[in-house]
Amino acid sequence: MSTQLATFRIAEHLFGVPVNAVQEVIRNQSMTSVPLAPPAVGGLINLRGQVVTAINLRHRLGFPPAPEGQLPMNVVVRVDEEAVSLLVDTIGDVIDTQDDLFEPPPETLSGPGRGLILGAYKLDEQLLLALDVEKAVDVNAAA
Amino acid sequence: MSDIDEIVSEFLVESHENLDQLDRDLVSLEQQPDSRELVASVFRTIHTIKGTSGFLAFNHLESITHAGESLLARIRDGKLPLDEARTSVLLDMVDAVRSLLAHIELAGDEGSPDHSALVARLEAAHNPTALTTSAPAEAPESAPESPPGPASAPDELEPETEPEPPPVAEIQAPTHSETKLVAEGDPQVETEPVDALSAHAVHDSTVVPRIGEILIDQGLVDDTDVALALLQQDVQRETSAAQAESGSDHKRSVADSTLRVDVDLLDSLMRLVGELVLTRNQVVAHAATLGDTTLQRSSQRLNLIASELQEGVMKTRMQPIDNVWSKLPRVVRDLSVSCGRQVRLVMDGRDTELDKTILEAIKDPLTHLVRNSIDHGIEPPNVRIAAGKPAEGVLSLRAYHEGGQVNIEVADDGAGIDAAKIGQKALAKGLVTRESLSTMSPRDVLALIFEPGLSTREQVSNVSGRGVGMDVVKTNIENIGGAVDVASEPGAGTTIRIKIPLTLAIIPTVTIESGGQRFAVPQISLVELVSLDGDHQQIEHISGSPVYRLRGKLLPLVFLDELLRLRTEERDPAIPAYIAVLNADGQQFGIVVDQVLNTEEIVVKPLSQQLKRLSMYSGATILGDGRVALILDVLALAQQSSVLAPERRHDDAADLNVASGMGDTESYLVVRLGTDRRVGIPLATVTRLEEFKRDVVEHAGRRDVVQYRGAILPLVQLGEIFGVYAEENPETIQVIVYSAYGRSVGIVVEEILDITESSVLVRGDTDDSGLAQSAVLQDRITELLDVRAAMAVVDPHFSELAAQELASRRGTATDDVMVEQPVLQGV
Repeated sequence: MSTQLATFRIAEHLFGVPVNAVQEVIRNQSMTSVPLAPPAVGGLINLRGQVVTAINLRHRLGFPPAPEGQLPMNVVVRVDEEAVSLLVDTIGDVIDTQDDLFEPPPETLSGPGRGLILGAYKLDEQLLLALDVEKAVDVNAAA
Repeated sequence: MSDIDEIVSEFLVESHENLDQLDRDLVSLEQQPDSRELVASVFRTIHTIKGTSGFLAFNHLESITHAGESLLARIRDGKLPLDEARTSVLLDMVDAVRSLLAHIELAGDEGSPDHSALVARLEAAHNPTALTTSAPAEAPESAPESPPGPASAPDELEPETEPEPPPVAEIQAPTHSETKLVAEGDPQVETEPVDALSAHAVHDSTVVPRIGEILIDQGLVDDTDVALALLQQDVQRETSAAQAESGSDHKRSVADSTLRVDVDLLDSLMRLVGELVLTRNQVVAHAATLGDTTLQRSSQRLNLIASELQEGVMKTRMQPIDNVWSKLPRVVRDLSVSCGRQVRLVMDGRDTELDKTILEAIKDPLTHLVRNSIDHGIEPPNVRIAAGKPAEGVLSLRAYHEGGQVNIEVADDGAGIDAAKIGQKALAKGLVTRESLSTMSPRDVLALIFEPGLSTREQVSNVSGRGVGMDVVKTNIENIGGAVDVASEPGAGTTIRIKIPLTLAIIPTVTIESGGQRFAVPQISLVELVSLDGDHQQIEHISGSPVYRLRGKLLPLVFLDELLRLRTEERDPAIPAYIAVLNADGQQFGIVVDQVLNTEEIVVKPLSQQLKRLSMYSGATILGDGRVALILDVLALAQQSSVLAPERRHDDAADLNVASGMGDTESYLVVRLGTDRRVGIPLATVTRLEEFKRDVVEHAGRRDVVQYRGAILPLVQLGEIFGVYAEENPETIQVIVYSAYGRSVGIVVEEILDITESSVLVRGDTDDSGLAQSAVLQDRITELLDVRAAMAVVDPHFSELAAQELASRRGTATDDVMVEQPVLQGV
């Protein structure tokens, strides 16, 4: 059995989400910040006339903010019929992963991000972390 | 005809649909005669038409459908099988109904009354078949020799059919004509013999016994066939009559001119139009910056078309309020019986239209208000008579459009609400303190009935008084952006007034900026905009909370940037700011913002799950430049910043008292000239306050002018009139715009100090120029400017125009200047 994952990088880590959860990938969009929103909310983007909330995955996963001048990309996923954008550093390929390479969350990942990782695929060159999309966008849940 | 009642045309649309359904059902029923479901469906349909036609007094229609219904009832109950013949009869009945409906639609009534004959025949048609129930083996197909049936059938037919002239058509009976054989044309020429039998029949056609009987007697046909043929004949007669009446004028029938559309489709259309409006905003905004005239013209056109389209699509979602009201007479009747009241329901403005979603949202609140009026408001007859009122109470519902909103009133002439009682109750429940209660106006006290947990009812009845109700009504109305208000006079009655927006999807807003971020504020909550110049001197603090004196009243303020934590560092107090005066829940407060940008019609987009908890925002939208902006929820803002403490309630009644008690009160705009000269300008003569950068001032002739709202605004240095010259030369100039007779003048002053509302108690002499009179205002000597006289001096056109106007309406004591609302509006 294999699973297709759309991959992206955040702070040198490789993450993947099921490819069928991804609606589209778009370059950096001008973002409107939402005052008083949970800090993991990056802001609102205009996706062809639709207002979409962008989740700051760096914050969500407990990584430091992106270096000055580095603009995030948007991975738009659908969760509960609602489009949500995941802010990532760079976009990777769609990878066919073998299920037998899967293992539960590695101890190497700690911090708030740990609960959002379903597990890791041990790829030859690096670990591919499978992101729990639903948990990742649920910024109101106590992390 | 155009004068068909709306109710009738609705009935027609519905019935046409029902009949189409009936056609399909009957046909499929024939295929699967055992389907109880289908029979039940057919029965229901006929029953519905029968019921409604009875209600609308279409007696012929009723009697035909009644006959059909009883036949169907037997079939439904399994007493009769449904065979081809019966199906045909029923289908023909459907056709008859259809032609009757067509007549109703065209002429407004049922037309020629020979349908009693048709009904008789319909009954005749199923009476004998009904007999077969006693001998179930005898199927109608084997009817030719059915003995007792024919005997009874002609008996019934005889008197009815007697006066009918064209029996010729009866010859079609034996042909077993499939319904369309004689679709149109004059029955008289329709004499072509189909076979020997009918040819024979033609000769006898004028004599009694009638052809049908003969045929039956001879066992050639059964009575079902005869009935069927006669029915057809009727249908044709009807149809041709209808056609004759309609003539060549092919008006679209009601059923054809309306469509039932899926609400989802309308919703998605509405969404698309919303997108179009946004795109239009973007195009228009962009075109304006490019300066390409062709593009601008097209974008203007796009603007117009989009607006019209928006209006049109919004109309498709509009439904008359009667859709909700129509259920109320029953409610009123039942309630007045169970409460022992006599109530007459009066409805005014039934055709007032509202968006479907809004209509649904007000359904329950309205019903609740009506219940309340009967249960709490209108007294029992004996009490009413004792109070000198007619025994019958009047409950009146009124709906009307006003200023882009819909007003709905529920009024009764009952006992009214005793404000004192409400106050006591609220006190007892701890909803208010004694002090705040004593300062509240009766209107505010009455408004307490909308507080949760307050019921005026002494004992709980099964109708109302359970303490849920008015607060729910209020919440529901506010959820759809509406407001509810109560007025009552003890002994005379109570009126509840609901104001609701026409639609929710697209709302006009004002875009403001604070801390570098833009927000949309619904215009419906915006009362006015006030410009503050630098260093916020006009903002004062009462025990730490900022307030502003707005025409002598204290307006609680909220700094939007502080509330939303938009700034990391302190706000630079030198930056000019604006106060947006907002109305939340009938009370006013101001939010201090950096900029007021523009007004825009926006489409409200819901916030995603992640942001639902932020009550401050009612949604988001996309502005003309494509960026997302949040829509501020004014009520939540007020609650978050707790500026609406009860003791700060805006109190209109008290104001009025003060005003009338003091007499000669007027609002003045106090400005500074030179270093310390104070001049008061009656606020009523001020159209707007503006601030211009000094470098936009241009010169025309000897005049200083600025370009303002697409026109040239001449500037007048007020100092020059008073012989005071400006010492400083600031970056910006403060201008008071004065408009009269269609002309505007900008009065340049050094500084706008304050707006004060007070009575002028001490008046001094008029000064040398005759343009100002000194007075004491706010404990300081202030010169009150006679604006008209001053403007006449600086701009001779004003005196000319004034003289002309005076001449043109000499003798009328109308207001002397035409002044726009003294409200500072957004640009």
